[in-house]
Amino acid sequence: MLTRFVFDYARYVLKGGTKFYAWMGTLALLIVGMLYVFYLQNTEGLIVTGMTSQIHDGLYLANLVFLVGVAAGAVTIVFPAYVYHHEGMHKVTVLGEMLAISAVIMVMVFVFAHMGRPDRLWHMVPPWGIYSFSSMLGWDVLVLNGYLILNFVVGFWYLYSKYTGKPVNAKIFMPLVYISIVWALSIHTVTAFLIAVNPARPMWFHSMMPIRFITTAFAAGPALIIIAFLIIRNNTKMWIEDSAIKLLTTIVIWCLGLAIFLTLSEIVIELYARTEHANSLYYLMFGLHGLTALVPWFWSSVVLMVGAFALFMTPKFRNDMKLLPIPCAMAFVGIWIEKGMGLIVPGFIPSPIGEVTEYYPTFVEWMMTLGIWAFGFFILTILLKGAIGILLGEVRFGGAAAANPAAAVH
Amino acid sequence: MTTKENPPASAAQEAPASGDPSKAVLKRSRRDVLRSGGMLSMSSLMGTAALMAQPGEAKAAVEWAEHFQKNYRLMTPEEKAEARLRLEKRYSGEYNKKVSVDITEAQPGVLMGYALNIRKCIGCRRCVKACVEENNQSRGARPGERIEWIQVLRMERGEFTADKMNQGYPEGLGIQVGGNAYSPAGQVLEGQYQYTPEAVPEKDANYMPIACMQCEKPPCVKVCPVRTTYREADGPVVIDYNWCIGCKMCMGACPYWARRFNLTTPVLPKEDMNPVTHYLGNRPRMRGVVEKCHWCLQRTRHGRYPACVEVCPVGARKFGNLLDPESEVSKILARKNVFRLKAELNTFPKFFYFYD
Repeated sequence: MLTRFVFDYARYVLKGGTKFYAWMGTLALLIVGMLYVFYLQNTEGLIVTGMTSQIHDGLYLANLVFLVGVAAGAVTIVFPAYVYHHEGMHKVTVLGEMLAISAVIMVMVFVFAHMGRPDRLWHMVPPWGIYSFSSMLGWDVLVLNGYLILNFVVGFWYLYSKYTGKPVNAKIFMPLVYISIVWALSIHTVTAFLIAVNPARPMWFHSMMPIRFITTAFAAGPALIIIAFLIIRNNTKMWIEDSAIKLLTTIVIWCLGLAIFLTLSEIVIELYARTEHANSLYYLMFGLHGLTALVPWFWSSVVLMVGAFALFMTPKFRNDMKLLPIPCAMAFVGIWIEKGMGLIVPGFIPSPIGEVTEYYPTFVEWMMTLGIWAFGFFILTILLKGAIGILLGEVRFGGAAAANPAAAVH
Repeated sequence: MTTKENPPASAAQEAPASGDPSKAVLKRSRRDVLRSGGMLSMSSLMGTAALMAQPGEAKAAVEWAEHFQKNYRLMTPEEKAEARLRLEKRYSGEYNKKVSVDITEAQPGVLMGYALNIRKCIGCRRCVKACVEENNQSRGARPGERIEWIQVLRMERGEFTADKMNQGYPEGLGIQVGGNAYSPAGQVLEGQYQYTPEAVPEKDANYMPIACMQCEKPPCVKVCPVRTTYREADGPVVIDYNWCIGCKMCMGACPYWARRFNLTTPVLPKEDMNPVTHYLGNRPRMRGVVEKCHWCLQRTRHGRYPACVEVCPVGARKFGNLLDPESEVSKILARKNVFRLKAELNTFPKFFYFYD
């Protein structure tokens, strides 16, 4: 039965129109590009990136941190669905889980790209390697893998039960759902700890980091989900109810507002006294010693986030499903910049000895980043398409309905 | 430094057959190779096979065996000896000279310490050069290929001057938040440890050499996810280059910017390679791993000074056993004005600055 499930799932995913194949083909091209630069990195070394001994975490770690947030953001669907029994949300919970799975996979690939020696990654895996309990990176790997497994199990168990028509065993299923809800918080908190526990980098060394991470995650994640939902609504037979999208919009507004507030608090506290420890933030906002590479990034992020917030507050944008993707995309991009060029990179500038070095990502890094995002969307499309097929009843055990999809709707 | 009379590192590998423990375990290890199980036995076998082949051709096989070796700290004495032989064979082939890889352990009763007379340093940077040569650092032309473990920071001397007294007073209702008569001092900008003066010391500069502080509570050790970097029993914080995964967490955690990343395969000309090496010290590194100062373990474990101490023309650098009250550093700690860098971070460096 399980093999039939996999077979039917794959067969459904492979069928698609020109639009579908064009989309997947484009992504595949980018993935090939990624493989090429990954090959370059592993023959030449990380010298082909813009990273140096001063700024040794660049675009890769930035995307990693951001995507952990997107993965955690999936909980904004799971939580209302299972805890508040939100009707519209409950029908599409599994789509959020699929998003979490693809985001975590992207995080893993970014880890690979970031490592100097990816061939030695097994050194972290006992019993062949050593697992260090004192290392935040160790914990991060643990919670991320745990989250991946949890979402995979919860998501596919649900789909499988839909497929076979037999209900899930709620006694085991529901606890797993609740664990995955709390676990979602843990992944982004541990990622925040990963960078916040370094007193050597004063910009990161404050306890506001985890909450700022969670608020931005719960703004960026649902923003992406809203866009995905609207695309699904317009391109498939699957109808996602307005109530679900409205609730997600509310979550985005609240969390985006909180994120802006926390950023503002940090700026006031750091810059009022303007100690040496504020140099990184000052560099980010205005530049230091005439070097200003990150200044446009910071202000574009501010404009995007505040602008998105203002648009969200306007009922015209909030309620119009045609205009809603605009503030969502603005919030998503704004937070991506804030987590990347606005947080990871300035943490290294100035260096602990006061050296101001600038960082410019190279073509290799951009290509890799683009490729990994394409890879993530590739997986996401496959997961979502199959999941939608099952939710619609087009993929069902026995295959009778699959032969006649039109009859299966409603 | 130590009271033990040890031969210099180059002779250590050819120590007499009797009484030398590393030689003794080596013999046992060869008998044991076929008996050990699992992946490690495979690696041992490949290592042995590689040792019997020609050095040039053996490179690939040896690297393959290196892939599967354990964390250095978890190796048995036999495995350490095997790893050493494997490396000696490979390096000797690669660099066309007889290379020794020392595996001398920390000696009991020794805790290494370093002291630097901040007033004497003239900023000549001979220590930097000596360090690069002694420790086989990469010396290529591209930015990422040049690695130096020591930086001598050049700091401008600031001053308060009478002619600036009236500059910058706020007009009208402006708020005054600072004085006016100073020019900033002690700032380091990009490249200010790679200065090129006509002569040193320069009149308007102070010098502050830094390198790894060999902390007693090293933040880099705590963050390492695979425990490849650790504090040795005699003090220095070391890295097992063969176990490092290149995650760079330690570099982010270090408040002294003492760690360097091998962005590409290190550029080390054959003729400049220093053949006297230590496994945890100056043996040639590979691409994608982190490296750092280890107080010249290949020298200091045999009673010699680190290269930077030996080369310092003004005697600003001092090195010795902190547990020996008669050693030079102990006497400095007892009698001079001593401070440590970034003491507020509780890293407790064993690198002390002093002035008299």
